[in-house]
Amino acid sequence: MNPEDSVIPRLPVGDWVKDGVDWLTDNASGLFDLIKVVFSTVTEGLTDGLTAVPALVMIVLLALVAWAVRSWKLALGTAVMFLVVLSMGQWEHMMETTALVLVATVIAVVIAIPVGILAARSRVASAIVRPILDFMQTMPAFVYLIPTVVFFSIGVVPGIVSTIIFALPPGVRMTELGIRQVDSETVEAGEAFGATPWQILSGIQLPLAVPTIMAGINQVIMLALSMGVIAGMVGAPGLGKEVVAGISTLDLPLGVEAGLSVVFLAVFLDRLTAALGDPGDRTGSLLNVIARARARRAAAGA
Amino acid sequence: MPPVITAEGLYKVFGRRPTRGVEALRTGRTRDELREDGLTAAVIDASFSVDPGEIFVVMGLSGSGKSTLIRMVNGLLPATSGTLRIGDEVLSEMSPAKIRDVRRRRISMVFQHFALLPHRTVGENAAYGLEVSGMNRADREKKATEALEMVGLKGWGGYRPDNLSGGMQQRVGLARALAAGTDVLLMDEAFSALDPLIRRDMQDQLVDLQQRLDKTVLFITHDLNEAMRIGDRIAMMRDGRIVQVGTSDEILNEPANDYVARFIQDVDRSRVLTASGIMEQPPQTLGSAQGPRTAHKLLRETQNPWLVVLGRDRKPVGVLWEDDVAAAVRAGGDDLPFSTRLEMPVVAHDTPLADLFALSAQHLTPLVVVDDDGRFQGVIPRVTLLTAAGTLGNGTGEIPAVAPPDGPEPDGPDPGAARTDDQIAEGPSDAATDTRQHGEETR
Repeated sequence: MNPEDSVIPRLPVGDWVKDGVDWLTDNASGLFDLIKVVFSTVTEGLTDGLTAVPALVMIVLLALVAWAVRSWKLALGTAVMFLVVLSMGQWEHMMETTALVLVATVIAVVIAIPVGILAARSRVASAIVRPILDFMQTMPAFVYLIPTVVFFSIGVVPGIVSTIIFALPPGVRMTELGIRQVDSETVEAGEAFGATPWQILSGIQLPLAVPTIMAGINQVIMLALSMGVIAGMVGAPGLGKEVVAGISTLDLPLGVEAGLSVVFLAVFLDRLTAALGDPGDRTGSLLNVIARARARRAAAGA
Repeated sequence: MPPVITAEGLYKVFGRRPTRGVEALRTGRTRDELREDGLTAAVIDASFSVDPGEIFVVMGLSGSGKSTLIRMVNGLLPATSGTLRIGDEVLSEMSPAKIRDVRRRRISMVFQHFALLPHRTVGENAAYGLEVSGMNRADREKKATEALEMVGLKGWGGYRPDNLSGGMQQRVGLARALAAGTDVLLMDEAFSALDPLIRRDMQDQLVDLQQRLDKTVLFITHDLNEAMRIGDRIAMMRDGRIVQVGTSDEILNEPANDYVARFIQDVDRSRVLTASGIMEQPPQTLGSAQGPRTAHKLLRETQNPWLVVLGRDRKPVGVLWEDDVAAAVRAGGDDLPFSTRLEMPVVAHDTPLADLFALSAQHLTPLVVVDDDGRFQGVIPRVTLLTAAGTLGNGTGEIPAVAPPDGPEPDGPDPGAARTDDQIAEGPSDAATDTRQHGEETR
């Protein structure tokens, strides 16, 4: 025993949290069951949908999406990367992970943007939200898995819930930042012409904050992907589960193939969402090319 | 007509418990003393009123409180104390919803850095005020197009603001304010971010639009030349207080204190002072129906070498020179002997002084000043112009007043004049009527 032990009493923080979790398990099990049913149904449905499409067709579709919002180069890269994944036999696992990431991201964004708006508009809300976000981001990601397994048992649902918690903070922070950094004179212009607070938010602040919010969503997706892999430890299906299996059996080839698939998925999602944030800058994207061609035709016709 | 904007004893103090600061200021504590308590007095006891159709300029350096003042006028910043009325509506007593309503109906604003919405087209930006107040799309697009046309941006409605130059962007800002259809226009350093040439253009355009649309304009600037150029009246602000309100002539000629006096030292007065500001009344004018003998008599009485002749509508007809008149009297004709050699230069009453010098140098005859309808107002002899020029700049110039160097010298009394005295009995009465309208002594 250390000499300090007699001076500083042991604070059973962990036990307190455990007591709280136990209390929740006993009293809110109905809620958790509901969440579990909804999340698992949605995720499994999405996974089924993604895997129902033949892999080669899906790869072509994803490549087209990449071209549409960014460039033919990303389309080519996407096709090559995903063909490699397919040939490594990781395609289905990647689709499972994609489903998990998509569901977690959508829910995280739906929560993050209103909270971010609230934090941007109210100093008090900002002061309350900030330390909570710090906590969520710095608490080691694995720790979330313990209570979520207690609540939801193992499977995809604890993976999604802990992924939401882990991926949420940048969405809130970037929304708050985006709104706060809108030029104050522009907001003043809205007020000077008699706009209501809602008109200013929806017509000025949010549209001007879109690039920053999209950067936040990009971060949410990246974090969701990294957490989605960790969620493999609690039995969430997908690439994470393969990585965990690779670790536990020291199976290097499996670990490398699953890990490489994660990297390819991450690159695809990152480039895609980054392009969504600033569509005007992507002159090579198919959408912009079509828009320009249409404008030229309209100009020629006029 | 009652004033459109009335401010009475407006105070704006920033910091904790600002009303405490107002009381302290009322009991004579200074702005600096307040700052030690953590209070910033931005506007102190400001009172002024802006009449309908007036361009009222608030002029001050940065930190003088002028931006705060303009934001109190449309309620973006509530006054700490004092009342502000728009027409007969007291802004300081209104709920936020009522204030929004006043902004939509009565006050629009143009901003220093344009404050356009980059994600909307120029046309959508111009229609913003109308969109906010709930006008349907077709009507507001029509009004926005009209407003864009007024500011010279016809056909630019479909572009994004960042495709436009700074000057054009500010025209969009102006169009947005005009499209809103309010009678009051607040302009917060609206042209300060533009380069000088474009700024001149915009100033001219503003004055032009104001005359056409009869808007009431409250204009904030730190540029005294701009204030003098466009302002009907100017309020000079320093350290939160309004130190003088007056026309540009009043401020130039009678600065209220040393601060204003130092300020106006740098003003290019030749651009601010106008022909009507320095013109004088000639000792006599002559009706065009008179003959050479009347002219001769008047010339002798006034000891002036020239005489301005006016038509019945008081429009200047020409200038007579002494020796021509003398020759005509000797010749015995009845026609007034207008000189073909010495033409009469006519200038509008609002011509800046700077534009008079060249004209004056080309003509021996004094410049004849006319009003907007072309009627005679006064004359500017070369001496007067040079004297005025001498007081330009630092106000201590000592350009000696000299007689017109090469004008016809006044001759001695013409022997022929005595003979014609009795023949002109009816003549001078007409000329006298002319000059009486000017409130001039005829004799």
